[in-house]
This record gives sequence, C-alpha cells and structure tokens, in this order.
Amino acid sequence: MTTPHPAEAPAPTADTSARPADWPLWEVFVRSRRGLSHTHAGSLHAPDAAMALRNARDLYTRRSEGVSIWVVPSAEVTASSPDEKDSFFEPAGDKPYRHPTFYEIPDGVHHL
Amino acid sequence: MTTIAPEETAAREAVFDATVAADERIEPRDWMPDAYRSTLVRQIAQHAHSEIIGMQPEGNWITRAPSLRRKAILMAKVQDEAGHGLYLYSAAETLGTGRDELLDKLHSGRQKYSSIFNYPTLTWADVGAVGWLVDGAAITNQVPLCRCSYGPYARAMVRICKEESFHQRQGYELLLTLSRGTEAQHAMAQDAVNRWWWPSLMMFGPPDDESSHSAQSMAWKIKRHSNDELRQRFVDICVPQAEALGLTLPDPDLTWNDERGHWDFGPIDWAEFREVLKGNGPCNEQRINRRRQAHEEGAWVREAAAAHAAKHGEATR
Repeated sequence: MTTPHPAEAPAPTADTSARPADWPLWEVFVRSRRGLSHTHAGSLHAPDAAMALRNARDLYTRRSEGVSIWVVPSAEVTASSPDEKDSFFEPAGDKPYRHPTFYEIPDGVHHL
Repeated sequence: MTTIAPEETAAREAVFDATVAADERIEPRDWMPDAYRSTLVRQIAQHAHSEIIGMQPEGNWITRAPSLRRKAILMAKVQDEAGHGLYLYSAAETLGTGRDELLDKLHSGRQKYSSIFNYPTLTWADVGAVGWLVDGAAITNQVPLCRCSYGPYARAMVRICKEESFHQRQGYELLLTLSRGTEAQHAMAQDAVNRWWWPSLMMFGPPDDESSHSAQSMAWKIKRHSNDELRQRFVDICVPQAEALGLTLPDPDLTWNDERGHWDFGPIDWAEFREVLKGNGPCNEQRINRRRQAHEEGAWVREAAAAHAAKHGEATR
C-alpha cells in the first residue's frame, strides 16, 4: 500500500526541532489556459489558503502563466513511495497488449 | 532514522549512481548520499540568498529611476529576484531544510551569498551594468543548471533562466541609451562597466585548480562545466556586445587568440575576491544589516497573518 507522504516535501522524519514554526507549505497547481489541466508549478509558504492563493498568483503567474490556480496543503498529499517502485507499478509491466502497437494489421487496412 | 543494513545502502547507492549516469533526475524522496544532499543544500541556499540580497543594489535606484518606464521595469526586475529566491528556498526545502532555518543562517552569517552584491551601485548606469554583466554572468552559470541532476533545482532554474533573460536585455538597452546619449552619459556608462567587469568575472568562482567542490559536483552532474570554462564562454559573449554598445572592457590584455578560438584576458585579482568573501567588501555589512532589518520590520506582518489564519481556523499545522 502507499504510505502518506507529502509529494515533494521531505519525509516527516526530517528535523522538526524547536525553531519557530514557519507557515505551512502549500503545493501550487496552475492551469495555463482553458482546455489544459492544472499542472504542478511549485510550492510556497502561507498562513492560510486565501494567502496561499494570493502568494501563488504573485509567485507563479507574474507573466500571465495562468488562468486558474489550485493550492493544496503539502501535508495533505498522499504519494506512492519510491521504495516500492518495482512492486507497485509491476502489474502494468507485462501487459503490452494494452497498447495499439501490440497488434499486427495487414498493409492496406485503413482507419484502424 | 531507522538503521539500514550496509548491503541495502549499497543497493540504494547503485540505483542512485545508475540514475545519475543515465542522465535521469533524482527526485526528493529518492535515496541519495548524505554528501549529495548537503552539497545541494549549500549550493541552493547560497543561490537563494544571492537572489534575496541581490534585490538591494538595484532596489536602491527604484525611487530615482529617470522615467516611469525605467521605474516600472526596475520594480518588475527586483520583484523577480524575490520570486527567484522563493523558488530556490522551495527547492532546498524538498531536501529537508526549511526556509526559516536557511534565513537564520543567512542572517547570522553562517551561509553566504554571491560576493558580487557587496559592491555598491553608485550611479544609474550601474543598474544597466548589473543587468548586462551580473545577470549575464548569472545566466551563463545557470543555463547548465537547468540540466542539474536534482529535479526540483533543475525545474526552478528553468523558470529562473526564462525570467533572467529580460533582466539582461533591459540592462543592455539601458547602457546603450546612455552610451548613445550626451558625453557625460556615455562616460557614466563606461565608468559603470569599468567597475563591474572584473567582479563579474569573479562570479564564476576560483580557477579550476583551486576550486574545492568542483570535481565531486561534476561527477554528480550538479555542475556541468568548470568555472574557467564558463568564465571563458562569458568573456567571448561579452566582447562583441561591448563593441556594439560603443564601450570598452577595462582589460588591456584582451586579445583574440586565433589558435584557441577564444579571447585571451588578463589576470583576475583573486586577492580582492578573497577579501570581499571574508567580509571586507565595500557593502558586506550594509547588505546583511539591511536584510536583518527588513526581516525584523516584517515580523508584525507575519504575526498578523498567522493570527488571522488562526482566528479563521485555517492554520493546518
């Protein structure tokens, strides 16, 4: 099974000593124009979601790079672990018949 | 950390080495050697701090820009530098070192920023020379970093390089305007180039045979070219650009070497470089004091924002 870890942030075993806590980290996703999906642009710190959106606008869309922004608390992202890379993604590895190129079609057959 | 058997470490190291050798990227949660991680944190932090401190020499001229056009451009540029700093602090954070910790280290002098920002911007022409030469040197250094083996750093550099290109061009255009202006304006442009040329060449770091971190960084593909190689590339780019500006570069030894296919240039004053690095440059103290002051004066804003978030129950940690 996957274990919950922030996507880009370090695993929670990282040093969390008695320093004054910085604002939470947010992952920023930007839709560059209508018709395209939101894409991960980077991360930033902000005290709350509204400020995260404003900071994201200032940080990631200074040159009109976006028409829509999502911000997600980094701690809320669940990611697959790189350690289980092989077993986790293995099921797809031996199924080339899921690709159209697997099939041989005689010359002269069109629209297939 | 849990203890890991030596054979498991060896296996992970093999995966890491193979990934780097295949020119693929290392991502945050991959296993990586401790020294790779600490080298990256040191380099990315130094880079982030340079962007943040780099706001000062030019910010100095915002209120005195000669036209609204120039003022708007300069504000956009300084704002970009702040953005670049934040992209880089985020990249460092993926390695387990938070922004607050890095800022602490900058403020207490335990981490450095590029020495170039310890020189003063004495005239308006300096804004042009900084854009053309300092940003130009930075771009020469940074373009290869877009292919750095560490994914988040490489991605930050792609974004930064795109934005830096405007920085360099606005500086060049500013100098060109002055160079083609009155005699006094031309002289002002020449004086700025005279003062910024050598410090810009020092931005590439010590000569290859004295550069302590280079070999390992090249092996890890954090760095792709040597200091001297990049410095030569920069000189070769600048010579024709200076000519087009109608300005000269302050080096009597600058001559085309047909055999090498490069411009030969005179010796760099590394004693000066080391002095500035040690803290004895013209503005070291001023820069760091200003940074601390800005951070302290912003404390109430951070507190107010945190209080507002807490009141509305949105602080997630």
